[in-house]
Amino acid sequence: MNFKTTIGLEVHVELKTNSKIFSPSPVEFGDDPNANTNVIDWGYPGVLPTTNKGVVKSGIMAALALHAQVEPHTHFDRKNYFYPDNPKAYQITQADKPIAHDGWIEIEVDGEKKRVGIAEMHIEEDAGKNTHERDYSYVDLNRQGTPLIEIVSKPEIASPDEAYAYLEALRQRIQFTGISDVKMEEGSMRVDVNISIRPEGQKEYGTKTELKNLNSFNYVRKGLAFEEQRQQRVLMSGGQIQQETRRFDENTGQTILMRVKEGSDDYRYFPEPDLPALNISDEWINEIGSEMPEMPGSRRQRYVNELGLTDYDAMVVTQTKEMADFFDETVKLGADPKSAANYLQGDVNAFLNEQHADLQDTQLTPANLAGMINLITDGTISSKMAKKVFKAITQGKEPKAFVEEKGLVQLSDPAKLQPIIDSVLADNQQSIDDFNNGKDRAVGYLVGQIMKQTHGKANPQVVNKLLIASLKK
Amino acid sequence: MASRIDQDQVQHVASLAKLSLNDDQLKYFTTQLDEIIGLFETLNEVDTEGIEPTSSVTDQINVMREDVADNWGQHAALLANAPESENGYIRVPTIIDESED
Repeated sequence: MNFKTTIGLEVHVELKTNSKIFSPSPVEFGDDPNANTNVIDWGYPGVLPTTNKGVVKSGIMAALALHAQVEPHTHFDRKNYFYPDNPKAYQITQADKPIAHDGWIEIEVDGEKKRVGIAEMHIEEDAGKNTHERDYSYVDLNRQGTPLIEIVSKPEIASPDEAYAYLEALRQRIQFTGISDVKMEEGSMRVDVNISIRPEGQKEYGTKTELKNLNSFNYVRKGLAFEEQRQQRVLMSGGQIQQETRRFDENTGQTILMRVKEGSDDYRYFPEPDLPALNISDEWINEIGSEMPEMPGSRRQRYVNELGLTDYDAMVVTQTKEMADFFDETVKLGADPKSAANYLQGDVNAFLNEQHADLQDTQLTPANLAGMINLITDGTISSKMAKKVFKAITQGKEPKAFVEEKGLVQLSDPAKLQPIIDSVLADNQQSIDDFNNGKDRAVGYLVGQIMKQTHGKANPQVVNKLLIASLKK
Repeated sequence: MASRIDQDQVQHVASLAKLSLNDDQLKYFTTQLDEIIGLFETLNEVDTEGIEPTSSVTDQINVMREDVADNWGQHAALLANAPESENGYIRVPTIIDESED
């Protein structure tokens, strides 16, 4: 029997605003517990939350980045539940009229392009954090009120690989808007997934299971692949899938039953009375749209069409907004685009991996990378010398000054090279004879001698040209 | 009197509110809630044909604050008001994880 798989993803993205969604407390991480909280965050009686305009703006930016329709008349709702990370006993979220709906993202799996629909996106507040010890639990409300956007996919994802591609594309587009760091390892992107299968030809969806503890895109793919197989085995052996929540075990790659769901959730949503509704004008949407950073797809096209990069190079330099911005800036400063792309995906990436750092946290600047590339292009330094220069620019040094200081200047002047070539030829009559007898190897030997004489500073291209000319005289 | 709410529903609502009710209380609140719902059913007499659902009773719209951080420096006072605290954390009885999120 063949089965069709249906996957749904709910992605929470934490916004990088200055202040919380409903209170002016700072959004900062790593501070002392509860340091960034006030009476509003603690849900004191009588306090009045006020909507952060920056959060609504971020929501509109996300909507535009995901081709979604912004809802002109939107409001907040209360989702009621009791849990000690949430002192109000309700979360302010959007249930009835979320800020945007009906978007899509284009994904590509095995060379095939596909659009995955986004059902809706809403803005809401995050809860605090609990730590559990033997005798007590401890509550830190610093995260309480941190703004989130939840992005809910339509049930159009048909395989674990598509889920992975969807998350990659979603992360990249959101990252390019600059509204969030979207890093799963830091919790600024969180993913809830559900999956069901049904026999080919059956109309209704099968019973779905939910997966938890998926802390990387890879785990999402692995967890879903395991779950897809498990559900098939259950159905093939005549069993039934029950609606349950399962936990992904990183060590075994399996999913383990956490709890069986009984009945549906009962959050008793109602419109939030403390916050006036929002009317989002076309004017505001257009204004935000005109300020939006260029999205990765359009950048890739520009790099291929206008700068002559290959599709692959263009894809690599648009992995993150920081990388793409760095590339743009480097090229603007006169660097050859192809060389800039090569350095970014080669030496720069290797350096970042080695340092476990993000580009913006290093001392590398577009000006210094462009400066170094220009020194190679105009023949001042060889690409071999550039290795040393690259190391220097990762330490924030200015390439031209470094090259002068270290005397790393390539000897390209024919007037200076010709006498050296002449003297090497005078000492190596044998090689000249070899060359005349058709032994091209002799050229390599002679170039080596010249490089030796110049302590490696001679420009090999110029030496080659001059040497061949001299030999053919 | 046709019952508008039964004891099972009251029990369900009570457990959502983390309340445990004994049998007497259950009967008592079921009768009371039934009357309250009855009172509110008066509203059903209003003809709402063609009227948009109301999400807010104020006529205010777009009341927003600029995204500027301001720490009100209240955390020490807030912690002092918490029943128990330790090292800057609010200390609570051990939480049994039953969250859905």
